[in-house]
Amino acid sequence: MPTTFSYDFKTEVYTKKLEFPTGVFINNEFTEGGSKTTIDVIDPRTGQVITQVDEATPADVERAVAAARKAFETTWGLNCPGVERGKLLYKLAEKMEEHFDDLAAVESLDNGKTFSWAKNADLNAAISCIRYYAGWADKNHGQTIETSEAKLAYTRHEPKGVCGQIIAWNFPLMLMAWKLGPALATGCSVVLKPSEWTPLTALMMASYIKEVGFPPGVVNILIGYGHTVGQRIAEHPDIDKISFTGSTLVGRKIQEAAAKSNLKDVTLELGGKSPNIVFDDADLEQAVSWSSHGIFWNHGQACCAGSRIFVQAGIYDRFLEEFTKKAAAIKLGDPFERDAYQGPQVSQIQYDRIMDYIASGKSQGATVHLGGERHGTEGFWIQPTIFTDTKPDMRIVREEIFGPVGVVIKFTDEEDVIRQANDTEYGLASAVFSRDIDRALKVAHRLQAGTAWVNCVNTLNASIPFGGFKQSGIGRELGEYALHSYTNVKAVHVNLGLKM
Amino acid sequence: MASFVELAIPRLNTKVKVSTGLFINNEFVPSVGGADPITVYNPATEQVLCSVTGASEADVDKAVVAARNAFRTTWGKNVTGFERSRLINKLADLMERDAEILAQLECLNNGKPFKIARDFDIGDSVACLRYYAGWADKIVGQSIEIDRRTKTAVTHPDPIGVCGQIIPWNYPIMMWAWKVAPALAVGCTIVMKPSEITPLTALKLSELVVEAGFPPGVINTIPSLGSIGGAALAAHKDVDKVAFTGSTVTGRKIMEAAAKSNLKKVSLELGGKSPHIVFESADLDQAANWAALGILYNTGQDCTAGSRVYVQDTVYDKFIDILKGKAAQLAIGDGFDEKTGGGPVVSKGQYDRIWGYIEAGKKEGAKVILGGEKRSTPGWYVDPTIFTDISPNMKIVRFVNCIVQIFGPVLSVGRFSTEEEAIKLANDTTYGLGAGLHSNDQAQCHRVSSALEAGTVWINQYNLLYNNVPFGGKKQSGIGRELGSHALEEYISTKAVHWNYGEKLDWPL
Repeated sequence: MPTTFSYDFKTEVYTKKLEFPTGVFINNEFTEGGSKTTIDVIDPRTGQVITQVDEATPADVERAVAAARKAFETTWGLNCPGVERGKLLYKLAEKMEEHFDDLAAVESLDNGKTFSWAKNADLNAAISCIRYYAGWADKNHGQTIETSEAKLAYTRHEPKGVCGQIIAWNFPLMLMAWKLGPALATGCSVVLKPSEWTPLTALMMASYIKEVGFPPGVVNILIGYGHTVGQRIAEHPDIDKISFTGSTLVGRKIQEAAAKSNLKDVTLELGGKSPNIVFDDADLEQAVSWSSHGIFWNHGQACCAGSRIFVQAGIYDRFLEEFTKKAAAIKLGDPFERDAYQGPQVSQIQYDRIMDYIASGKSQGATVHLGGERHGTEGFWIQPTIFTDTKPDMRIVREEIFGPVGVVIKFTDEEDVIRQANDTEYGLASAVFSRDIDRALKVAHRLQAGTAWVNCVNTLNASIPFGGFKQSGIGRELGEYALHSYTNVKAVHVNLGLKM
Repeated sequence: MASFVELAIPRLNTKVKVSTGLFINNEFVPSVGGADPITVYNPATEQVLCSVTGASEADVDKAVVAARNAFRTTWGKNVTGFERSRLINKLADLMERDAEILAQLECLNNGKPFKIARDFDIGDSVACLRYYAGWADKIVGQSIEIDRRTKTAVTHPDPIGVCGQIIPWNYPIMMWAWKVAPALAVGCTIVMKPSEITPLTALKLSELVVEAGFPPGVINTIPSLGSIGGAALAAHKDVDKVAFTGSTVTGRKIMEAAAKSNLKKVSLELGGKSPHIVFESADLDQAANWAALGILYNTGQDCTAGSRVYVQDTVYDKFIDILKGKAAQLAIGDGFDEKTGGGPVVSKGQYDRIWGYIEAGKKEGAKVILGGEKRSTPGWYVDPTIFTDISPNMKIVRFVNCIVQIFGPVLSVGRFSTEEEAIKLANDTTYGLGAGLHSNDQAQCHRVSSALEAGTVWINQYNLLYNNVPFGGKKQSGIGRELGSHALEEYISTKAVHWNYGEKLDWPL
């Protein structure tokens, strides 16, 4: 019998008993996995097991790919008009709205982010993303191209085919929406591997996908390990395209596996060590608020987190003082406490990794200006942490920590800070704070990052593209640009008169 | 004081309630005076259905003020694309919910068969709204490289502003959807003048606009005579754009008034005298089906009606026989009768006009092989009528083919021998809306479709339109395009912003 999630939420902000199937989801059915084993889902507040979900294996990947291929060739792909695909996506968005609080509660339980953030950020973003792509489904136009009257030339924008999608655990539902939206809008079918650390909202979506009427095989959801299921997807000869969000380390493996197998198309959304530059003439209060949001939102577990905060000398002391106050005032607590801002980090492994970075910061000689310790005695809370007096070669300055740990660096010269900001193998995002619009734009334009925020940070929109320069990724998600990742362009040349 | 009527729906034993006031600022209000009420008829019975408030010039002013206020405060740049998308989708949902009621009203007032109104007119209109809802948060401009070190240029696709929209009586609901959807998607506000012959569904749809949650003033509905409300909108100094579907004669007046007032932007969907060419390699049975559809759908009251069929002489007699049989199969009658495939023509005015052409044709010696006889029973009915053996020097040909659009189920069938001749005959008109051709020769299909001077060319089909494919006229059939992404352009006014962040100007130069 496949597993089921059954949980009685009794909190001050959400009270409900929820139940839904958590089997391996292929062809619109939930089953046990090939090895009949399960994966434990851990509560980051306690380290205890919440529930078990069925483990998918490489054999299940085979089944899923076969199902996705069949659907693509019969009920989906070129056989389903865009207008119909759009309708299904709109219905899915409506289903998500219907279950808004349920999804937020489960996301919060599984990931550790607060219920309030799950609602305000994750759910709103996920739903608007699905709605946005629903609208694109019948608008992926090709072109007619004039050459001569003897030739009719046009391009068809066809779906790529069966797409493997592997997502991270920091925004489980939102990342799922970012992936499903453009893939389904263009007519691709999907084999999706959510993170085995945070599988629950994806499994709720599986039920909704079936309920609103997506044909069987169009979306298949497998909860399994990266080195088994993820690896099999990356090297599968009958998957046409893979899209991955996660660490740069794993991103390389995926691209390698794709190259060694069938040269499948690869999109990667990887890590970042994004610079956040605050000039003397910035609006101090706003710069402090945004900078705090930049590194402490989602407990620092954001690929685009503004984790290197460069502050110009003239404003440094005042900025540091205010920023520290802001960070110190962050309320850590149970995600279901009404006024909690920060919950636990997602897992033991992440907790250990972050604490290891903090230790390295201390041992390499940086100053712990704030925090630097565990919060509480149970679960994975880490205090909002600020390091100062760093050197450019320190691990905490160069490597992605993925926790509530900000590094504040003093600078004087504009040219030098641009150089420092760009001195990284990453290039996901960047931010500039200045009231001098000329300077802000000039600097923003010179930062080597896929997103440049001016007087803001960490704000995204379904219609604006997002992705990395350099080793932060390949390709773009969101906006019209995401459609390109799932589209195969076919040029048709019709000879109307040229004789050989 | 809210005024409304309750209209009895024949055969269905039900009633539909319709507000009969002017719809301004999300309320139905009386006229401030100055125009007669509008009498609304049932074309199947010739009886009066009700009367609705007619808008005067002063009412149009009020509506424009409401639309301008909304544009400045709750709509235009003050609302996100995401929110516009949500509202337009909601409106589509409500239309779908009320499809039966809307179809009943459409059938009662316009005469078209109830099932066709529900499944096609309304079905397509709902899809049209959803299509444009999907565009609302995807209206993008460009960022353009000048000199990356010092400047950037961006274009903003600003909504034009307050749009006057004037629609005809042949597809009241669908023409309403084609106009409001792209305008709302871009962020414009609307003063809509439905046809005085068929105002009822526009008024009913206005109720749904409120229910969907659009802010007051975003859409306003002001039934009135063209010479009053239409003229007022076209000449209004505070209307930024007028979009009109109707006759070429009126289209000219609108463009003239726009030029003389404030040079408002103009888009026009006008008449057509669309040619339908049947080559000898065509599947004749299929071609006859499409030709019948082309002239008989909506009882010929379609701007793209394929009212001139040209058949290659090698297959002429055979085709005529088949076509006559197809046309005779169409049952024209009361729209609420299940068996009816086509309804009456919409008004006494149209009825008299069409019969005038038929009588003129007969008098001048054109041969009638089907129809051509008036009924003796009530209702403004015209049965399918086919004239044949048309040749270019007959008076009826020049009169009928090149100047006048009959707008009824009246077909003239001519013959040709060569492809060049067919193209010449087809293009010999000041119109250029639609054209169709039937052929199994791929190269011929491309050559001929390329040569036909029409905004829409159908190959081996006719009449079928899709919300994502643009539609509009060449030559005197119109200006601009509806449907597809092109329609959005009609409601966008591009602003280029040149942002200098690095160039210092030396002075004097």
